[in-house]
Amino acid sequence: MAKITFDGVEVEVPDGTTILNAARQIGGGIVPPAMCYYTPLKGSGGKCRACLVRVAAGSAKDPRPMPKLVASCVTPVQDGMVVENTTSEQVLSVRKGIVEMLLINHPLDCPVCDQAGECDLQNFAFEHGVSTTRYQEERRTFEKIDIGPLIQLHMTRCILCYRCVYTADQIAKGDRVHGVLGRGDAAEIGTYIENIIDNDFSGNVIDVCPVGALTDKTFRFKQRVWFTKPVNAHRDCPKCAGNVVLWYKGKDVLRTTARKDQYGEVKEWICNECRFEKKETSDWVIEGPAHIDRSSVISANHYELPVLNQSVVADLPESTVRDLQQNPPLKLGS
Amino acid sequence: MGRKLLTEHINVEGIDTFEVYRKHGGYRSVEKAIKTMTPDEVVEEVKKSGLRGRGGAGFPTGMKWSFLAKPEGVPRYLVCNADESEPGTFKDRQLMSKLPHLLIEGMITSSYALGANTSYIYIRGELLYVLRILEKAIAEAYANGFLGKNILGSGYDLDLHVHPGGGAYICGEETALLESLEGKRGNPRNKPPFPAVQGLYARPTVVNNVESIAAVVPIINEGGDEYAKIGVGRSTGTKLISACGHLNKPGIYEIELGVPVEEFIYSDEYCGGIWKGRQLKAVVAGGSSVPILPTELILKTAAGENRLMTYESLSDGGFMTGTMLGSGGFIAMDETTCIVRNTWNFSRFYHHESCGQCSPCREGTGWMEKVLHRLEHGHGHMEDIDLLVSVAKQIEGNTICPLGEAAAWPVAAAVRHFRHEFEWHVTHAKEAAQPGAVYRPGAVLA
Repeated sequence: MAKITFDGVEVEVPDGTTILNAARQIGGGIVPPAMCYYTPLKGSGGKCRACLVRVAAGSAKDPRPMPKLVASCVTPVQDGMVVENTTSEQVLSVRKGIVEMLLINHPLDCPVCDQAGECDLQNFAFEHGVSTTRYQEERRTFEKIDIGPLIQLHMTRCILCYRCVYTADQIAKGDRVHGVLGRGDAAEIGTYIENIIDNDFSGNVIDVCPVGALTDKTFRFKQRVWFTKPVNAHRDCPKCAGNVVLWYKGKDVLRTTARKDQYGEVKEWICNECRFEKKETSDWVIEGPAHIDRSSVISANHYELPVLNQSVVADLPESTVRDLQQNPPLKLGS
Repeated sequence: MGRKLLTEHINVEGIDTFEVYRKHGGYRSVEKAIKTMTPDEVVEEVKKSGLRGRGGAGFPTGMKWSFLAKPEGVPRYLVCNADESEPGTFKDRQLMSKLPHLLIEGMITSSYALGANTSYIYIRGELLYVLRILEKAIAEAYANGFLGKNILGSGYDLDLHVHPGGGAYICGEETALLESLEGKRGNPRNKPPFPAVQGLYARPTVVNNVESIAAVVPIINEGGDEYAKIGVGRSTGTKLISACGHLNKPGIYEIELGVPVEEFIYSDEYCGGIWKGRQLKAVVAGGSSVPILPTELILKTAAGENRLMTYESLSDGGFMTGTMLGSGGFIAMDETTCIVRNTWNFSRFYHHESCGQCSPCREGTGWMEKVLHRLEHGHGHMEDIDLLVSVAKQIEGNTICPLGEAAAWPVAAAVRHFRHEFEWHVTHAKEAAQPGAVYRPGAVLA
């Protein structure tokens, strides 16, 4: 076990834990943002540099500060390490710079982007960025790329986090057809000679994409995500665990996604059949409303209001009720 | 005349063949090491020599070797980084094409010291002709019992392979090199783990520059203490300097570390002064990635002492008034050089060569290049100059590998020392955009 101090808070974690995961054990607002790191994906992290932190003391044995900021998602903790995140001016100023860099080529088309409301970059820019840019040069744009009937690739929005590449590599072994082509700011996610992505688990690349570069063709343009109602459901699926979130508008299931944790990471991968084909309530066993963090724009919707009705509460699992009591949905205008 | 430890026989006819090389004392270090020394003694000798990495970073080679993890029953690797491609640096190419057996001899001795039974020379793909030369020399070494099974009857086995890269500058970064050698896209790895713990095929690996490995030969032949007598302070031994630019005698020089920069530029033994009788304006002392220095700062330190060709003296004053010895790519620029154009040119290179993995480097290198392009072509604004410094600062230190710094340092240093030229490009935009236009001292800025 290693004891580290993160922003003045002490936490004890098993050896080999990364600084980011140690911070996640503390939780709350001091957890560094992560655009490319994704716990279920081996080898991910270290690329977006959003999670850079300052190590003020390397370890109890060698208390010297580390010369450069380190990527907290790939740097393991050492016993006695002292880490500064929100308490370091340098870290916060570098993060502003990272937002500016990421937004150079990422279009601010949030009003028409299907990821709006669930976009990690939108949250990151809101929390750490500035409202203007100093960039005046030409930005890169892409022709529309067709990668099949289920997934839409918007290369202009891609921030090259490599998550989808790792997903394709690790959960669709042998069927991988897409990866990174080119280098530098000419690098792009692409399929080999406009191939289509059609393996059973390909839809997961949509869930891991932190921005709107990979979106669900069966859902796009149908609804803003904050007007939908997420409900946990499961089915007996021969290919995957079948635990999903159904996104309702009225009685219609508009979209099916995997369940995610509070850091937006998929808990269990789901297959394409669950994601794209099962869009009827009768296909599923409904468990109840999915938990949405109160800071999320999705919670601005009032879909949870009926929960206050005692007759509904009686049917809900105890944990959900407790959650709702602790984190009441924000009301617009309140 | 300084001593030549590496290039003494470089002009001997047929020195690239085993026979001639052997006649001139070749492979003595292998015999000495394998027959009379233990691997640890060889490492100790390299430590004593004070040899510092000749690829640019200048990290003590012996110390790097001693970091190598040595778990039982696990293979270890020595990889020679011959992916030389920094603008201004061209010393390894010469060493390998003229003295291939020197590198092979160094590889055998070093591999023996590290306990590696398979070693690789990762060479830049464009240097196909050098690859052929090395392959021929390796075949000769196999034929003469210096490579393969049971070398010189000692029971030590070594296989040596040459591997051509795809011609990407980033593959010269040690972890990107290892990725490329493993057959993957040449993207740098996150560190830790360092290659000494988890390198090639996740095994303990040492990556050394061509010149560092070649230097092991004279170190073993003459002894580490003898080697350490050459040079000044912690900069021991000899160093190959590839001098180019506006010099009377550009070329590759083996110098004893400690030669004054002024002597290196102006004496007839080395570069013979600036061509056409012109004035020196600036020098990039260690390959294009190190900070540029104006004449007065490259010849003398801020304290007024003579600047020497050593790791310490060149970096005296930090990045405010100093630079780095780097890989020894010495680029001299005369008074007709436009610093803005030159910086744009360097920036173009780093923009093109960024692997695109991490956001500051991927986006920042392109941004700097575009701003410099505008300044050079007469479309710049005054605030662009501070913007350049700010973007360079956003990249520096925040990237996975040092390519970010390599891109940022030249830009930041050019603005630091030649800000007036950048300003002139804004105030005299039309004039500055003309081909061959250059700021002249005394020009009115506003």
